[in-house]
Amino acid sequence: MNALTERPEAVPATFDVMRLRDDFPILERRVHGKPLVYLDNAATSQKPRCVIEREARYYAETNANIHRGIHFLSQEATEAYEAARDSVRRFINAGRREEIVFVRGTTEAINLVAASYGQRIKPGDEILITVMEHHSNIVPWQLLCERSGAILRVASIDDAGELDMASFEQQLGPHTRLVAMTHVSNALGTINPVRKMIDLAHSHGAVVLVDGAQAAPHLEVDVQSLDCDFYAFSGHKLYGPTGVGVLYGKAALLDSMPPWQGGGDMIRQVTFARSTWNDLPYKFEAGTPNIAGGIGLGTAIGYLENIGLDAIAAHERALLRQATARAAAVPGLRLIGTARDKAGILSFVIDDVHAHDVGTILDSEGVAVRTGHHCAMPVMERFGVPATVRASFALYSTPGEVDALFAALAKVREVFG
Amino acid sequence: MSDLRDLYQEVIIDHSRRPRNFGPLPGHNHHAEGFNPLCGDKLTLYLKVVDGIIEEVRFEGAGCAISTASASLMSEALKGKNEAQAEELFARFHALLTEADEKQAANQAESLGKLQVLAGVRDFPARIKCATLAWHTLHAALHDQAAPVSTE
Ligand SMILES: Cc1ncc(COP(=O)(O)O)c(C=O)c1O
Repeated sequence: MNALTERPEAVPATFDVMRLRDDFPILERRVHGKPLVYLDNAATSQKPRCVIEREARYYAETNANIHRGIHFLSQEATEAYEAARDSVRRFINAGRREEIVFVRGTTEAINLVAASYGQRIKPGDEILITVMEHHSNIVPWQLLCERSGAILRVASIDDAGELDMASFEQQLGPHTRLVAMTHVSNALGTINPVRKMIDLAHSHGAVVLVDGAQAAPHLEVDVQSLDCDFYAFSGHKLYGPTGVGVLYGKAALLDSMPPWQGGGDMIRQVTFARSTWNDLPYKFEAGTPNIAGGIGLGTAIGYLENIGLDAIAAHERALLRQATARAAAVPGLRLIGTARDKAGILSFVIDDVHAHDVGTILDSEGVAVRTGHHCAMPVMERFGVPATVRASFALYSTPGEVDALFAALAKVREVFG
Repeated sequence: MSDLRDLYQEVIIDHSRRPRNFGPLPGHNHHAEGFNPLCGDKLTLYLKVVDGIIEEVRFEGAGCAISTASASLMSEALKGKNEAQAEELFARFHALLTEADEKQAANQAESLGKLQVLAGVRDFPARIKCATLAWHTLHAALHDQAAPVSTE
């Protein structure tokens, strides 16, 4: 598969980044007396006014508990929340709305699968992940392995930060029950050939979970064409509220899985002898959810669909190209993650200056980046660095901000000589 | 934000580039590991304590300029001190960085000698843990704590 040529190249003329920036109130802020240059979008993205206002309007006009009230507001709240579920379904092209489970975020989605699907994992079964996973796609599987006696296997990556396909294939086998991999690496920017990986895993009879936390905001995702069994992502990285996220699961699988949390809303009938479970997706949604968050996520999705994921992806790719070219000219700068197919993430280290010091100096110039291990310690170890500096782009990032990043980097040399 | 120069003073840059007392310490009788999981800083501190007096201090590890310089400066400041004096120095150093009352913090400065150069860290709250990592590790080493110290 040549993913590079599949992706549209040109930013459409209708994409006007300066106009879009007006939608994000926070971008007007100044920090340390400088205009904010927010390049920490992989950690969380900023929210457009429509999302902020939708949440506020929910609380001002509609607030009521859902799925259980006969009164007007409860019905209005339920309709809005369920409409958001429909938006999510459309956004990732799931076949049915029952396949969309609202959760707290990617982390909770993965833990849900590990807890519930994990109950059928037996001693000697194998779970395959990759070196480039976020801790949230490592630790739940380690816990499951400890509980079940299963074995965790890890596919390696090469010096560019691309998946080592041979290693991946080699570690698939008759005992592989579950494969979990990230669609886009948060520490490296690598876009994985997930379609191919899913097919390979399926040919060994394993189910596949894709961590889409970094993909959903930046690429068009079609869970049916991917044919993944589970897909997880977070609202807050998708220009939506914090505290809400999505687990997509194929209906037949979700149906066959036991509930993972018990409580209100997830039951059909409760007696002390035995309780029976509600239909999908409610079986997996115990308790009062983040109603405002879910509704806000629906609004964020509508906002993104209006702009078009393809246009956003092309815009961010142009920024990445610009930044990568600039980085090559900085003495002592080493990029960590140089995959051919990359999302808008620039991870790097600078000779003899620790990432943490770089972060402080950039911050003093108003440039917000992430420094550290990015919850991907095995990636740091693979590249032999304690930490990296990571700049990550969003739909509202501009070429001028890339320039500001490199102007601020020049300051590092001023301070450290 | 105050000037970056207040944070990255010449002395700090110098100690981060050429840390003093860097490396293993054969014959040490106390040691501890410190770890800042947020930024990946790691530090192993070795002490040779004879009759209650810290005779030798050395450290190893990788960290940012602030944590390396702080460990280096600490290693110089500790030599010849007894354990109580070392702990007291830590308390005063901590107050220098975290004491809400500026005046009180400034009062500490005079008694801290060269360690004063780290006073600028107080205006960079995200970096205070970097500056105190070595000292927390010292505390653990003096008490022979087996578990690595974590700033989180
Ligand atoms: C690739 C990846 N997976 C999972 C997560 C966890 O997402 P959340 O913290 O929203 O649950 C993140 C977020 O940092 C991520 O980048």
